[in-house]
Amino acid sequence: MVKKLPKVDVVVVGVGWAGGIIAAELTKNGLNVVGLERGRERTTEDYFMVHDELRYSLRYEIFQDLSRDTITFRGNEKIRALPMRQYGSFLMGDGLGGAGVHWNGQTFRFLPYDFQIRSMTEERYGKSKIPEDMTLQDWGITYDELEPYYDKFEKMAGISGEANPLGGKRSSDYPTPPMVKTPNIKLFEEAAKKLGLHPYMAPSANLSEAYTNPDGISRAACQYCGFCERYGCEYGAKADPVVTVIPVAKKTGKFEIRTHSNVRRVLHTDGRATGVLYIDTTTGEEIEQPADVVVLTAYVFHNVKLLLTSGIGTPYDPKTGKGVIGKNYAYQVQKGSAAGFFEDVQFNLYAGAGALGICLDDYNGDNFDHSDLNFIHGGNIRHHQTGQRPIQNNKVPADSPKWGAEFKKNSLKYAYSVINVGLQGASMPYRHHYLDLDPTYKDEFGDPLVRITFDFEEQDRQLAKFISDRCAEIVREMGANLVESLKELGPYEITTYQSTHNTGGVIMGASPDTSAVNNYLQMWDMENLFVVGAVNFAHNGGYNPNGTVGALAYRAAEGILNYTKNGGLLV
Amino acid sequence: MYECTVVGDNTRTESNYGLLGGCGVSEQATEQQNKQQDGSGSSQTMSRRKFLANAGYAVGGAVVGGVLGYLVPKGNVGAVPGSPDTQPPANNNAPVNYNEALMFFTQEQFLITQAAVERIFPADENGPGAAELGVAFYIDHQLAGDWGFNAREYMQPPFFVGEKTQGYQGRLRRREIFYIGLREMQNYSQATYGKSFVSLSPEEQDAVLTAFQKDEVNLTTISPSGFFNMLRSATLEGVYADPLYGGNKNMQGWVMRKYPGSQMSYTQIMDKEFTVLEPKSLRDHL
Repeated sequence: MVKKLPKVDVVVVGVGWAGGIIAAELTKNGLNVVGLERGRERTTEDYFMVHDELRYSLRYEIFQDLSRDTITFRGNEKIRALPMRQYGSFLMGDGLGGAGVHWNGQTFRFLPYDFQIRSMTEERYGKSKIPEDMTLQDWGITYDELEPYYDKFEKMAGISGEANPLGGKRSSDYPTPPMVKTPNIKLFEEAAKKLGLHPYMAPSANLSEAYTNPDGISRAACQYCGFCERYGCEYGAKADPVVTVIPVAKKTGKFEIRTHSNVRRVLHTDGRATGVLYIDTTTGEEIEQPADVVVLTAYVFHNVKLLLTSGIGTPYDPKTGKGVIGKNYAYQVQKGSAAGFFEDVQFNLYAGAGALGICLDDYNGDNFDHSDLNFIHGGNIRHHQTGQRPIQNNKVPADSPKWGAEFKKNSLKYAYSVINVGLQGASMPYRHHYLDLDPTYKDEFGDPLVRITFDFEEQDRQLAKFISDRCAEIVREMGANLVESLKELGPYEITTYQSTHNTGGVIMGASPDTSAVNNYLQMWDMENLFVVGAVNFAHNGGYNPNGTVGALAYRAAEGILNYTKNGGLLV
Repeated sequence: MYECTVVGDNTRTESNYGLLGGCGVSEQATEQQNKQQDGSGSSQTMSRRKFLANAGYAVGGAVVGGVLGYLVPKGNVGAVPGSPDTQPPANNNAPVNYNEALMFFTQEQFLITQAAVERIFPADENGPGAAELGVAFYIDHQLAGDWGFNAREYMQPPFFVGEKTQGYQGRLRRREIFYIGLREMQNYSQATYGKSFVSLSPEEQDAVLTAFQKDEVNLTTISPSGFFNMLRSATLEGVYADPLYGGNKNMQGWVMRKYPGSQMSYTQIMDKEFTVLEPKSLRDHL
């Protein structure tokens, strides 16, 4: 027997960055919002024993329990998709704050090129530059239109940075100055400038100094403790929904968070969402929460799963290319870096912060001429000093044994003498890369797992090799005695950690034929249903996605407020 | 005093600790017994070995060889059995590390693991190897818990052999893989050299490990290279995880590597040249 609760203005599914931002904005403007979070409650106190590499980095303490829910994966449609039984390629967050707790804090704006990628590529290189099966499309919004929302997210989070000489224009400076320039960062800067490139300090959500944001939230400066990615921040210095937007929403008295609440269906009648059905996982009780507006802000896979299992929107059909739900799944080309081994110098690499670093965009977007190249786009090249923890950082030269006396000697010798310069490579969408429901495997409730069909294409291989060679040039210029860089990308495999930048599936666009949501992230097919996150990306750009997720969340919040006043489709 | 009757046949009872035809008497009871008897004796020197030798419960007065074969020398767990320094030190005031006991492995499994991890990360002029750092205890403790049972992994059927790109698709839990892997290392050593793994020379042990690493061992149950990789990763974990977990004994893994452990802040050294700091553990954080 399903318990039916009284109706609320808005129900938000998944309380991470997107859900937290939307809840804060809506409650500040007088709406009553219920946030349903499938994981548990979380506060800064939970992070006090967090400097534990084994527990958090290797045993995945704050990540989703795969025994309850995971995804299945196949490289192409000819083979059977199998479950991701253990973590590898990407890590799915769990609990209040979601990925906003365990991220590094690297916060970028996409380039103007990203938002109009198809038209701009065709304009410069001709239609034939884009392979027939690459389902590239414009986003239905321009950089200039999204710029005020990027600004809002950066000011809320207190992003520490300096202007990107090759980026889109900014209406104002970053709210806090860049983080500290360590000796290795200075070395990268000098080398890049000598090569005629345009380095700038990487924008960081780990505060360079104490900061109070426009909402009145005060946070302390980052201590460079070196435990960012996969960890919660015990100082509150890393921007995290738990210490920024969720307290703001709660303070209004209009935001009710229910944790241990796993949403299984979006309920709808006659083309309108009526609420959601969820399970209280502590008691097993099934509950219906009616609402005037439903907002899906869970992780990428779960957003898609909810739409497909609830029968909302047209599922994507890779054979015909029709339909939109599950379309244009993309990832990040992360492999493709260069490592420099220094013989006579050591750096304080055990220390660092998730977003402490320096980067450049000379080889990102369409910032360089692709006329003679067999790929489009590129990626942000960077050197980040995140804190090299000892279990996972034992890099030795390629021809060194990987165990035994020689390995031990080399790993100790080079422990603080390897400088990595890597890329955040853009990922283009393809007709045969998509998300749908697996026919065989189920989650703990008996619902199908989401199935990923994805592989690296020639576009990715060429991009990775090209950018990796550019990384090697910089490392060589930095004075490394030995430089090793990517030989070839190989197929996409789910076993090695690369990046938790999964994008697409409910993409935004200008037309309901080719996209699922408009540029307020409102479903074309269901005007009181909004779906927000990296799930909206029509492709993934050459940067970490969260800056853009934050901007889209502020944009969606504005749209939802507008909708509650005026109704109708906003575009 | 504990009453016991020697069982005439070789039936194993629940209280039987593996003594063929003997009685299972706890070490603690024996300690008490011996203390009463001679009034001296620290708990350090009373061991299973001594109990077996002295208590006279062995079959026919002679101790069966196999029973003694895998005793773990206390006091110097880094030592290879049979080497001169297996005698426990005379110092009775050294603090006891109760964590150096087994919660999963048999003694045989422990000793094979210890010998194997020592080959992966040996003692050298830089400092201690995996054995002295307690890596085998670390692995034992890990296998006893969640990780040993793949508790937070998706272990639902159906199981199919997948592409390499699709990751582990087996139905075995890590403790089962270790159980099989260690036994097969033993089998391979016997078949190739006629000796147990722990009795091989270091070069021979390396050859055995290499055979597993390169999938040159014919196994139908587990992937030899998969097992080797698990052993290698677990070794690095045991060397460098916080000492709370049983390895990285006294933070000597960190000291060797000049890793400062868990520090509250590095703001003072971020713009400086390479700086070595005294390591701190999670215990220092409490």
